[in-house]
Amino acid sequence: MPATTEAGVFDESELLAKAREGDVAAFSELVNRYSRKIYRLAKHITQNDTDAEDVLQETFMKSFEHLGDFQGQSKFYTWIVRIAVNESLMKLRKRKSDRTVPLDEPLDTGEDTVVREIAVWDENPEQQYSREELAKILDEAVEGLKPAFRTVFVLRDIEELSTEETAQALGISVPAVKSRLLRARLQLREKLTRFFRRKGDDVFAYL
Amino acid sequence: MLTCKEFLQELTDYLDSTVDAELRVKLERHINECPNCFVILDTTQKTIKVYKGMQAQEIPQEVHVRLMKAVERKMAAGKTAAGKPGL
Repeated sequence: MPATTEAGVFDESELLAKAREGDVAAFSELVNRYSRKIYRLAKHITQNDTDAEDVLQETFMKSFEHLGDFQGQSKFYTWIVRIAVNESLMKLRKRKSDRTVPLDEPLDTGEDTVVREIAVWDENPEQQYSREELAKILDEAVEGLKPAFRTVFVLRDIEELSTEETAQALGISVPAVKSRLLRARLQLREKLTRFFRRKGDDVFAYL
Repeated sequence: MLTCKEFLQELTDYLDSTVDAELRVKLERHINECPNCFVILDTTQKTIKVYKGMQAQEIPQEVHVRLMKAVERKMAAGKTAAGKPGL
């Protein structure tokens, strides 16, 4: 939810027009509207607080610098997400010592779509946990994904970008987005099943 | 009838409602006849739902303060180096 400040009464195009003229309050309002989501996105991709803060600052610095280039054909949010994704990926690539899989490594081994555990979940499994517990479970599950899957999942299912927007932001094809998204979703489903399965059920099945 | 593997390949498109009518019928027929794939579909749907319902948490106060300071500095510098108004 956007912050309800005085500037909140302006719609986004008005805020952008004012920000282009150097109106600090207008640009600050835009920053306030999206900073939480950008920080979350950066944390999910970089998995590091310091990197996430750098990405957060860089994203808004660059968006201000290039505000004149923003044509308004896409949503402002989609535009800054692209900046944030680029900055986050640069951070990942810089961390050479990180034992994560490079983003361009071939991924289509087929193994990632193997389903090992099938159990019925509770109707509203998330309600069994406190907000903090749930956030921890969900975050840790995402953190366990390979970066290539994680970035696609975060953009598509958390930030709710379209398949095309995700492909553009990551510089990969639409089929690649779809195939990574499928793998990410299935892997998360599997991880969450441990927490969300209906108690008393102990059904294992193998495909 | 589709195999489970074929069903899984189409799962993401099915969940995103981007399959054509003919394939949708085939996928739904598979779900009705295959309890395992029904559970996979249901739990994958719930996985997506639970993530979509997750609200972005507040940024730590000190991170927010540093961000706003950086923005203000940047904008002050931008003003002095003006001459490049937005299009």
